[in-house]
Amino acid sequence: MDTLQRLKDLAVSESGFVFDPHSGQTFSLNETGRAILEALKRGETVEQIVTDLRQGFEVEPGADLGRDVHEFLLLAREQGWPVPQVEAP
Amino acid sequence: MTGKPTYQRPMLVRHQAGLMNKLSRVAGMRPLTEIDGVPVAALVERFGSPLFVFSERSIVSRHRELRDALSVRLPKARLAWSYKTNYLDAVCKVMHREGSLAEVVSEMELDKALRQVAGTEIIFNGPYKPEGALEKAFRAGARVHLDHFDELARAEAVARRLGLAPKVALRINMSLPGITPWSRFGFNLESGQALDAVRRLRAGGVLQLAGLHAHVGTFVQDVDAYRQEARKLSELANLLAREHGVMVEWIDLGGGFASNNTLHAQYLPGEQVTPSFAQYAEAIAEGLAALALPPGREPTIFLETGRALVDEAGSLVTTVHATKRLTDGRRALILDAGVNSLFTAFWYRHDVVPAQPFAGTPEPTILYGPLCMAIDVVRDQLLFPPLSPGDRIVVRNVGAYNVTQWMQFITDRPAVVLVSRTGEAALMRRRESVETLLAQEEVPAWLA
Repeated sequence: MDTLQRLKDLAVSESGFVFDPHSGQTFSLNETGRAILEALKRGETVEQIVTDLRQGFEVEPGADLGRDVHEFLLLAREQGWPVPQVEAP
Repeated sequence: MTGKPTYQRPMLVRHQAGLMNKLSRVAGMRPLTEIDGVPVAALVERFGSPLFVFSERSIVSRHRELRDALSVRLPKARLAWSYKTNYLDAVCKVMHREGSLAEVVSEMELDKALRQVAGTEIIFNGPYKPEGALEKAFRAGARVHLDHFDELARAEAVARRLGLAPKVALRINMSLPGITPWSRFGFNLESGQALDAVRRLRAGGVLQLAGLHAHVGTFVQDVDAYRQEARKLSELANLLAREHGVMVEWIDLGGGFASNNTLHAQYLPGEQVTPSFAQYAEAIAEGLAALALPPGREPTIFLETGRALVDEAGSLVTTVHATKRLTDGRRALILDAGVNSLFTAFWYRHDVVPAQPFAGTPEPTILYGPLCMAIDVVRDQLLFPPLSPGDRIVVRNVGAYNVTQWMQFITDRPAVVLVSRTGEAALMRRRESVETLLAQEEVPAWLA
């Protein structure tokens, strides 16, 4: 099964509750995390995800969204999510 | 207002099913923005970070709670403030103002106590009392508790030289089921050593045996230990009256009451398992019921409670210096205070809360101090909300032992502040600086 399909299989509720049908595990995401997962399901790149976040959220000056997204993807991989490999920002 | 949600750093937390989560209880976590009405942010702005903050209100209220719990059961009970727990002058002054004696275990502490109270209001414990310290204590009329035979002989020599016949106590150690015996302090009861000490002391003809003392342990959560300790000392006091003609005037049951902190090896949080003062007092009263001395000759009962009186009063305010993600997925916060200031991090899973309102999903977090040392861990596992550099954290219940056992290692010791019952904040100890360090140093002439 390809990576994108496995990502799409992750069931996400509006409140950020995630069920992984392949492992049976459940997770919680905050609103930002949920936005990233939805973007990953659409096959977006890190750059596109950062742009989405800037458009969709009120971001304080100085926030390093690239670093945050990269860190989130590393964490998702640690949890066994089929997240595409990304280079450090 | 744009109507957009506020950006928070993205968070992902895996759910872990199982038994009760012993790491922390995030659902109940509330920010601690004020200490006795004084904003934490204002304290840091005025006194810097990290910062120890003590609540006078808490010290006084705990002291009165224990005193009241004892006095309804034991009219002749008195508290003796354990200097080693926290010997800042201001803290000792609060304790003495509330009626505590001073309990000291070194000549330095004796010197400190003599600046605050009369010698007769001092109990001098510990295994190391050099001649000079004994002389000072006897001249001041302090109650000296003898720890071993060499000390007994030394005390006799000092008293004889001074032409005094001071009243002293013997420290007794004993075997109590479920409690690790502290045989290194005092004379053993079960082996007969304690009675040997009584005979030896009386044969010397210089010192007057007037008290018995024992200390069953530290952070003792089983009140039965005190019931048994009190019963055994009572029976010894009865025996001394019956067979040796010695009527003890005081019995010192030591300290060791647990505070609301949670030991690393403890499953349930301290506030759920730590006995109340009333439970400790009840057990002690039951044990002392074995006393059978003539009416009017009931001994004064001393308690040397330290930790349980002052731990809750102390907080350490610290600032997040940086955040990082560890390879195992945990969030790590690097704080400006570490184990050099917070010695008790080695003992407890400290209660840690943000000092400002927070939002976001809590995640597994580890709190590191600023030291370049692997051991510098303030909390090694807790569910904690996402914080950013500059945010403040309050480590609660740190009033006991930290400002006496802290280390001057790599960084300066932080300032210590007291918040009064009327909400006034003032320094009890200034923050150290490199000048503090250099003031003690000398460079040999050949290197100058």
